[in-house]
Amino acid sequence: MTQTLTSDQTLTGSPLVKRGLADMLKGGVIMDVVNAEQARIAEDAGAVAVMALERVPADIRAQGGVARMSDPDLIDGIVNAVSVPVMAKARIGHFVEAQVLQALKVDYIDESEVLSPADYVNHIDKQKFTVPFVCGATNLGEALRRIAEGAAMIRSKGEAGTGDVSEATKHIRTIRGEVAQIRAAYQSDPDSLYVKAKELAAPYDIVLEVARTGKLPVVLFTAGGVATPADAAMMMQLGADGVFVGSGIFKSGNPAERAAAIVKATAFYDDPEAVADASRGLGEAMVGINVGDLPAPHRLSERGW
Amino acid sequence: MTGGRPEAHDVAVPRPEAPVIGVLALQGGVAEHARLLESLGAEARLVRRPGDLTGLDGLVLPGGESSTIDRLTRLFGLREPLIEAVAGGLPVLGTCAGLILLAAEIDDPAPGQQSLGLLDVAVSRNAFGSQAASAEVTLPWDGVGGESVRAAFIRAPIVTRTGPGVEVLARHEGRVVAVRSGTVLGISFHPELTGDATVHGELLGMVR
Repeated sequence: MTQTLTSDQTLTGSPLVKRGLADMLKGGVIMDVVNAEQARIAEDAGAVAVMALERVPADIRAQGGVARMSDPDLIDGIVNAVSVPVMAKARIGHFVEAQVLQALKVDYIDESEVLSPADYVNHIDKQKFTVPFVCGATNLGEALRRIAEGAAMIRSKGEAGTGDVSEATKHIRTIRGEVAQIRAAYQSDPDSLYVKAKELAAPYDIVLEVARTGKLPVVLFTAGGVATPADAAMMMQLGADGVFVGSGIFKSGNPAERAAAIVKATAFYDDPEAVADASRGLGEAMVGINVGDLPAPHRLSERGW
Repeated sequence: MTGGRPEAHDVAVPRPEAPVIGVLALQGGVAEHARLLESLGAEARLVRRPGDLTGLDGLVLPGGESSTIDRLTRLFGLREPLIEAVAGGLPVLGTCAGLILLAAEIDDPAPGQQSLGLLDVAVSRNAFGSQAASAEVTLPWDGVGGESVRAAFIRAPIVTRTGPGVEVLARHEGRVVAVRSGTVLGISFHPELTGDATVHGELLGMVR
């Protein structure tokens, strides 16, 4: 259903084409933007893609209420302002918001816990779409369930809108650690993989692929709380393929310089002197909230399952 | 999922010493190129600093976001060394963003975006439209490596003008998507994603 074969045998919407765009984003920074002007600042700073949304997570958190897909006019304005890929968010399970975003010709849909879930049981059947999806995950089982549903890219969730990187650290370490565990389990006792698949609550075939290759079958970015060049470089050293920065840029004192500095630190993540240079004179980082101070119902990373 | 044809591997003639092919590794689809080059018997070296260019037999400029790679190339001090190396005869393959980087002109650059000017063509970015138009297709290939190539176009550019001495190796929907001038090879698509070795075989064929 996803894949369309036209008369001249051109195949659109295939897993290869969907995952391929994520491959081209590796080593890069994807930035949340709320208008065309911010999108241009992000592109000028070297963003590999922008995420078009109405409010950054910090504002969603501060203002409360139900957070939904953005107005199509806002998304069009951003699509027309930049030449880099544009992503946009749909609510978890809201397949009609996803249909709308596909009709708007965004390049990637984020089925995101940052918005209010529309379905507390089902995620979107992402296999049905030509446009690729990125989904959040806090652990390997969650990541593999999203991939089974058709996600072509995974981002570890972190805790969006806080500027506190500790949850991002926890989630990327958890996913990478669990991948290493099932690889080791497969090497020492291949039979144990069936039980591992049951424990992970994920399809055996995908678990087997991860165990054999030692990595997810799709690109793994990290998100949620990255606010400084050093945060971004740390995520890369922990094994992320790239980073999403949400509120961290446009809620800081000097967005253009901070955006460029985070791009630089992501690319030079293994060079402490370059990260030091990138960290100089950026002014105030976003103020932030400690995740420990957030009462459990306000933790976005617990949305999605 | 892969369209690589077994006979394409014959292109890489076994060598007493494996050629060392650099892959510009600032951003984008780097690992896929390295894997394909190694499957053809070459040694892949990631190029992140000017010193990494020393002793290379060939170079790949991978896909990614062309405006980002351009910016990082300048930040890493790689712009001039890359121009010097390729102008000095180092065989090079640019795919997608790599083609844009090689081009003499970009019809629709992002603000401030530069190219290296190593291939006398003009290119237009995202010429097929948004990701919805990204596609896999098998194209006739007019090179020495084979007769067709399994290509993945991902928000791909096209060549809109070719200068003297630039030969066209492939077209898609009537548009030029692969060109060669001397030892500079530029293609719009991603054989490293489909696993088809034809184009990389062509690069290795240009290596002395």
